[in-house]
Amino acid sequence: MEEQRYVVFLFPSVSYALKAEKILKAAGIVHKLIPVPRHISSDCGVCLRITEAKEQDVAGALRGKVAWDKVVLL
Amino acid sequence: MPLERSKNSTIYFDNAATSWPKPAAMIAAMIAYNEQIGGSPGRSGHHRSLDAGRIILETREALAELCGCGNSLRIAFTKNATEALNIALSGVLNPGDHVIASAMEHNSVMRPLRYLEAQGVQISVVPCSGAGSLDPEDVRRVIGPRTRLLVVTHASNVTGTIQPLTALGKIARDYGILFCVDAAQTAGALPINVDEMAIDLLAFTGHKSLCGPQGTGGLYVRKGLEKQLRPLMTGGTGSRSEFEEQPDFMPDKYESGTPNTIGLAGLGAGARFVLAEGVEAIRGKEEGLTARFLAGLAALPGVTVYGPPDAASRTAVVSFNIAGVAPSAAALGLDERFGILCRPGLHCAPAAHRTMGTFPQGTIRFGFGYFNKDEEITLALEAIGSLAGDGAPH
Repeated sequence: MEEQRYVVFLFPSVSYALKAEKILKAAGIVHKLIPVPRHISSDCGVCLRITEAKEQDVAGALRGKVAWDKVVLL
Repeated sequence: MPLERSKNSTIYFDNAATSWPKPAAMIAAMIAYNEQIGGSPGRSGHHRSLDAGRIILETREALAELCGCGNSLRIAFTKNATEALNIALSGVLNPGDHVIASAMEHNSVMRPLRYLEAQGVQISVVPCSGAGSLDPEDVRRVIGPRTRLLVVTHASNVTGTIQPLTALGKIARDYGILFCVDAAQTAGALPINVDEMAIDLLAFTGHKSLCGPQGTGGLYVRKGLEKQLRPLMTGGTGSRSEFEEQPDFMPDKYESGTPNTIGLAGLGAGARFVLAEGVEAIRGKEEGLTARFLAGLAALPGVTVYGPPDAASRTAVVSFNIAGVAPSAAALGLDERFGILCRPGLHCAPAAHRTMGTFPQGTIRFGFGYFNKDEEITLALEAIGSLAGDGAPH
């Protein structure tokens, strides 16, 4: 079985991450808020983890509503 | 003496200073935060910290809905409207800039402006009518090449006079001037739409018509303006922690230090109460109370009312004087004899009192709220009638 691959959306601050969380909840897209992995950024905040397959869906849901800094493959 | 108060009855008419009572949900939200959450929002990342952050997000979203701003992250929270106004005024004005204000401004605008004037900012205070109304054409006439900002209170805290924001915003936009609005008296009490009114900076307080606790307020900043708007304070924001420079994005740029999470929990519940009741319904109730009171005062000899004659042109604020009775003495009599709480004096707005001709003695100010009742207006009118009788020459 192929291992599940994840990406994380990184945001300017937790306020943005929580707004994104609210939008994804309303859109019914499975996601998880996790602390930003140290190898990605030294920022002490949180990021949104989703499966790689959902990246375009998430970008579409967030675009124009909440800004993100970048998307990184875990 | 049926008018004399019983020990337990209080009529609260000081809502223009701070609203009371508060919705039960507002108090419950503050207790729930302390009992069940308690984390620091935007810090740490554990689930209690995230829950605290979610509370603040929901408060931001409610405020965004109330001011017609599409993106809640355009709102930065502050401890009150004064702090928000200080960010707005000291954040954009530089020596040599020209700023226009109305003659009905509260000291939360006037004092920051006078402070900036000493540093080389030029100020024009545009006179208002005796009822406190600002004519947009008078604003247009003082606009010059260095004019950077127009700052106006949405409604006077002394007379309740509502200023024509849409017309003022259009003039500011036409001339490329920033438009800052002090909504301390109106957020939650009157409809506000930052886009339709062309507002660039909107300062609000949480503890008046938004039904929140004291120590809460905020500033809406139009998209992109944060790049030109200096913060009043810098410090930890929980974001960009690897850098020693202040973040330059909303709302973090203006939210340094641990926020007033318990207060913002209360403000969120208060704002949701306002949204559920409806600003139009709240306005209708308060306008009705004000009209009833104005009609009653008009029938009382020896009473002078200031501001617009009709309730539709003002918020639920009425300033008046009783012939032969100093405002401070009247307020003391109303409190001690009748249990009626109001505010006498200058209301931190000497410019407004100069406009009305009531400087320096001031006025008695009644500020009604959504929870006041017609019967309380009736009792207050009887009490004022009694005091006016005492003050009349015998």
